[in-house]
Amino acid sequence: MSKEGVIYRISGPVVTATGMSAGMYDVVRVGDEGLMGEVIELHGEKAVIQVYEDTSGIRPGEPVINTGETLSVSLGPGLLTQIYDGIQRPLPTLEEVMGVFITRGVDADAFDLEKKWTFEAVVEKGAAVEGGQVIGHVQETETIVHKIMVPPTMSGVVKNIKSGDFNVTETVCTLEDGSEIQMMQKWPVRTPRPYRQKYAPDTPLITGMRILDFLFPLAKGGAAGIPGPFGSGKTVTQQSLAKYSDAQIVVYIGCGERGNEMTEVLDEFPHLIDPNTGKPLMNRTVMIANTSNMPVAAREASVYTGITIAEYFRDMGYDVALMADSTSRWAEAMREISSRLEEMPGEEGYPAYLSSRIAEFYERAGRVETKNGDDGSVTVIGAVSPPGGDISEPVSQGTLRIVKVFWGLDAGLARQRHFPAINWLNSYSLYPQSLNQWFRDNIAQDFPEIRTQISGLLQIEAELQEIVQLVGSDALPVDQQLTLEVARMIREFFLQQNGFHDVDAYCDINLQYSMSKAILSFQEAAKNAMAAGAQLNDVVNVPARTALMRGRFEKGYIDTIDDMVKTMIDEIGATVEDN
Amino acid sequence: MTGKEYRTITDVKGPLVFLNKTEPVAFGEIVTIRLADGSIKNGQVLDTSDDLVIVQVFEGTAKIDRTAGVTFMGDVFKLPVSKDLVGRILDGAGRPRDGGPDIVAEENADIIGAAINPFSRQSPHDFIQTGISAIDCCTTLVRGQKLPIFSASGLPHNDIALQIARQAKLKGSDEQFIVVFCAMGITAEEYNFFRSDLERTGALENAALFVNLADDPAVERIITPRLALTAAEYLAFEHDYHVLVIYTDMTNYCDALRQIGAAREEVPGRRGYPGYMYTDLAMLYERAGIVKGKKGSITQFPILTMPGDDITHPIPDLSGYITEGQIVISRELHQQGIYPPINVLPSLSRLMGSCIGADTTREDHKSVSDQMYAAYAQGRELRGLVAIVGEDALNERDKQLLDFSGVFEDRFLRQSRDEDRSIDETLDLCWELMSSIDTKYLVRLDQKWIEKYHPDNKA
Repeated sequence: MSKEGVIYRISGPVVTATGMSAGMYDVVRVGDEGLMGEVIELHGEKAVIQVYEDTSGIRPGEPVINTGETLSVSLGPGLLTQIYDGIQRPLPTLEEVMGVFITRGVDADAFDLEKKWTFEAVVEKGAAVEGGQVIGHVQETETIVHKIMVPPTMSGVVKNIKSGDFNVTETVCTLEDGSEIQMMQKWPVRTPRPYRQKYAPDTPLITGMRILDFLFPLAKGGAAGIPGPFGSGKTVTQQSLAKYSDAQIVVYIGCGERGNEMTEVLDEFPHLIDPNTGKPLMNRTVMIANTSNMPVAAREASVYTGITIAEYFRDMGYDVALMADSTSRWAEAMREISSRLEEMPGEEGYPAYLSSRIAEFYERAGRVETKNGDDGSVTVIGAVSPPGGDISEPVSQGTLRIVKVFWGLDAGLARQRHFPAINWLNSYSLYPQSLNQWFRDNIAQDFPEIRTQISGLLQIEAELQEIVQLVGSDALPVDQQLTLEVARMIREFFLQQNGFHDVDAYCDINLQYSMSKAILSFQEAAKNAMAAGAQLNDVVNVPARTALMRGRFEKGYIDTIDDMVKTMIDEIGATVEDN
Repeated sequence: MTGKEYRTITDVKGPLVFLNKTEPVAFGEIVTIRLADGSIKNGQVLDTSDDLVIVQVFEGTAKIDRTAGVTFMGDVFKLPVSKDLVGRILDGAGRPRDGGPDIVAEENADIIGAAINPFSRQSPHDFIQTGISAIDCCTTLVRGQKLPIFSASGLPHNDIALQIARQAKLKGSDEQFIVVFCAMGITAEEYNFFRSDLERTGALENAALFVNLADDPAVERIITPRLALTAAEYLAFEHDYHVLVIYTDMTNYCDALRQIGAAREEVPGRRGYPGYMYTDLAMLYERAGIVKGKKGSITQFPILTMPGDDITHPIPDLSGYITEGQIVISRELHQQGIYPPINVLPSLSRLMGSCIGADTTREDHKSVSDQMYAAYAQGRELRGLVAIVGEDALNERDKQLLDFSGVFEDRFLRQSRDEDRSIDETLDLCWELMSSIDTKYLVRLDQKWIEKYHPDNKA
C-alpha cells in the first residue's frame, strides 16, 4: 500500500479511493486538481473521503494522495483580525487568487508566513519547559499579547532561546534534545487541546444585554444555546454578543448562514470599538465564514476549526467567547454526509451519533487551569435553528441536554417587535447559584434578591394575563393592575433593548442593577401612594417616570438615573395630594 | 470529447438510469441517450464509479430500454450565455422555445455556479421602490436582496410578482431592471398570463424567460433555475445589468428534488424531502447579491406556495432560513377582497435597515414603519378581544387602534394592480391614516417627525 491511490467512486462531496494506505481523518488531496478532503470511513481496501470543494468534473481513476496528516489548523501570531473559510483559508487571499467567486483547488496559508513579529523571550537558557508552557510574548495587536507556547506534545530543557524579529516559521527556541520551536504550531481540529484541570465557572460573561446578564447569566467557560425560528433575532443576538461581551478574544463562526449577512458583519466589525478597551473590536476577533452555499464538508469542519482556535487562545490564559451561528447548519452538514455514506439514520435522518457530536463540541467549553498554570476559559454560545421553531427536534434537544443556559427566542415576541425576543418564561440559566457570589461581591449585596423579585413579577404577570385575556384588565383589582403596570415597565424599559441604538445596545451591569432597582422603587412608591388614595392612572402617568424610561437612550444615564428615580418618587407622592 | 456510445444500461428506475462498465466518467458530466427510434434524451451523472454510473434523465425515462445508446459528452452542464438572451424565451433545459435561432454563445458558463466569497460581496443598500405600499413601507426591498413571496394555492401571488416586475425602480431613477423569469412546473395558463402581461407592458424585450411547464419533465426543473441564475449572473456581472430574477414555483422544484431522492433510495428528511435540501436551496438563493468591483446586481423574488398554508412546512421553513426575509400573502385578506393581500405582521425584510432613512427614502420612514406595524398589530389583536367582550368594553385608545386596523387594510394595503405609489405618497398616506389615532398613543413616532409630518401640524 502506498500514499497514493486512485478514485473509485464519486457521489457529490463523497469520494471513494482505492489502493491507498489511509487512517481515519487523514487529509488527502483528491484528483488532478488536488482538492482537499478528509478520510471519514474505511472499507477494506477502500477509503471514503469527504471533499471540501465541489467535485463536478472529477473522474474515477484520477489520483488521490494521502498527506498523512489529520485536518489541522495553523496557530500563531497573525490569527487575530483574520477572516477564514471553514478550513482556515483566509477569504481575502482567496479573493486575490480566484476573484469574487470561490472556485477550487487553491491552497492558501492561514496567515502571512513572511511577516516578522517581535518575539520577546520570557524563559531563559537552561529552563525546563513543558508542553503548553509560555516561552515568549508577541504583541500581536494593540490590545492582545500573543503568548508563544511550547507545543503540547513537546518538553525538555531550553538549549537556546533568543528575542528578536522572526517570522512564524523561524526557530525561536531549541531544546536540549534538538527539537526546535517556531512561533507557528499546528493542531488537529478534532482533538481537544490539553489542559491541567477544569474548574467550576464562577465569573459571569458580561454581555451588556440586560435580559441575559440580569435574568439568565452565562458563566465564563459555560455553554449556552439560542434556539429560535427564522426572523426571531438569533443572528442579531449573536452579533451583539460578539461585539459587547467582556471576553478578551472572540471567535465568530458563521456556519452555513447568509452571504449578505456575513458581509454585513465583515463590513461592520472593522469599524466597531470595543466598549471595554476603547480599541477596534477586530483586534480581538477571529472570524470564520462559511456561507450556506459553500461546500458542505467545509461547513462541517468550520466549527472544529473555530473551537480549536478558541482553545489555543484559552491556553494563553485568555477568556475566549465562541459564537457559532448556526449549529443546526453544522448538524445538517453531518446529516448530508451521513446520508451519502448510506449510514443507518437516527431521528429525522440525522446520524445516530448526532447528540454525541454535539455533546463533544460543547464539552470543549470550560474554565481551565492551563498547562502554563494560568486561568483561561472558552465560552460557547451556539445558535440553533429548529425547523418551524419547534424545539422538540434532535439538534435542539441534543443541545439542551448539554448546555446549562437556554436563551429561547420567540417568534411571537419578534412579531411584537420586542427585541431581544428572548422568552423570559421558558429561558433558563443554571449558573446563578455559582455566580451569585460574584454578583454580591462586585455589583451589590442584594443583587440575587433583586433578580428573584423581577423574575417573580414576570411570572405573576403571565398568570394575570390569562385572566385579562378573558375579562379585560379593568376587571382586575387595582393592586393587580399595578402589578401589570410594573411588569409592563420591566418588559418595555428593562427587557427590551435596541441592539442598533448607539447607547442602548450596550448596558453596563451596574446600570442594569440601577434600572432594576428603579422599577422596584416605582412599585414601592406607587403602592404607598395608592394606599393613601392616589389613582393608578395618575401614578402611572407622572412625567418623571416617562423621563426615567426614555433616559436609557441618553449617554450618562448611569449618573442621572438616581436623581430621576427620586424625582419620580416625589411626583408619585404628589399624586396623593392632588386627590 | 468522447463519441463512444455505451449499450450497458442495467437498470432504469424513475428518472434514473444505471449503467456499468464505462470508461471513467466525470461526476456531473452531461449525457445523451439515443433511443431505438432515434430520439435523444439528455441527462447528467449523479454518481460515478469504476463499476456503475447513475444518470438522471431530464426528459423522463419513458421508452428507455437496455439497448439505448449512452454517450458521455465529456463536460459538465454549461449554458451558452450572451447578451442576446435578453428578449428570448427558452425552455427548461435552455433550448429556444420562441422559434428563434439558437443562442450564439459569448461564453459557456457552468450552471452550478460558484459561491461568492463573502469577503468580496458588497452590502446591499439601494432602495427599490416597488410602488406597493405594504412592501415599500413595511418590508422594504433592497437591490441585491432575495425576498421570497410565501403564498398558497388560489392567491394572487403572480399578480403581485408581475406588478413588482413592472414597477420596480430605484427611487428617482428610471433605470429598468432586466427580468429573468424562471417557471418551474407552472401551468400553461399561468405561463401565458405572465407572458402576455410582459408583452402587454413591453417588458418582454427586457426579459429572459426560462420555462418548464407542468407537463414538461419534472427532473428538468432541477436545472431550470440554475440556467436562469447563470444567465442572470452573466448579465449582471459581465454586462452591468440590474437583474430581477422571479422564479415560480419553488414548491414544484422541491418536489422534483424529492422525486430524485426517492428514486435513489436516499434516506429522506422531513416529509420525504432530501436531507440536503437546505444546501440545495442555498445554492440557488445565495446567487443573489452585489459584488465588489461590478456594477450589476441580482435581486431575487422566488415565489413558493405553502402546502396547506403551513409556514412550518419544510419548503417555506428552509427558504426562510436562507432568504433575507419574506412577504407573506394572507388568505384571510384575499377573501376580504383586499389586493395585494400582504400580511405585514409575519412579513419581514432583513435588509430594510440598511436602505431606509433620510439619504435613501425619507427621514421618518423607520419611525413611521414601526408605528404603522405596532398599531396594526395591536388593532388586529383587539379584534379577537372584541369578539368576546364586545366593542363597548374597549377604552378610547383601544377603540382607535381597532378602527385603525380596518383603515390600514382598506386604504393602506389596498391598491389597484396598476397603482404605482411613490415612497413619498406611501409615507404621506401613513401619516394621514395615523392621524385618526390620538398623538399621545403614537409612542413609536419621534416627536420631531410628528411636528414635521403630522397632518395637524402641516396644515
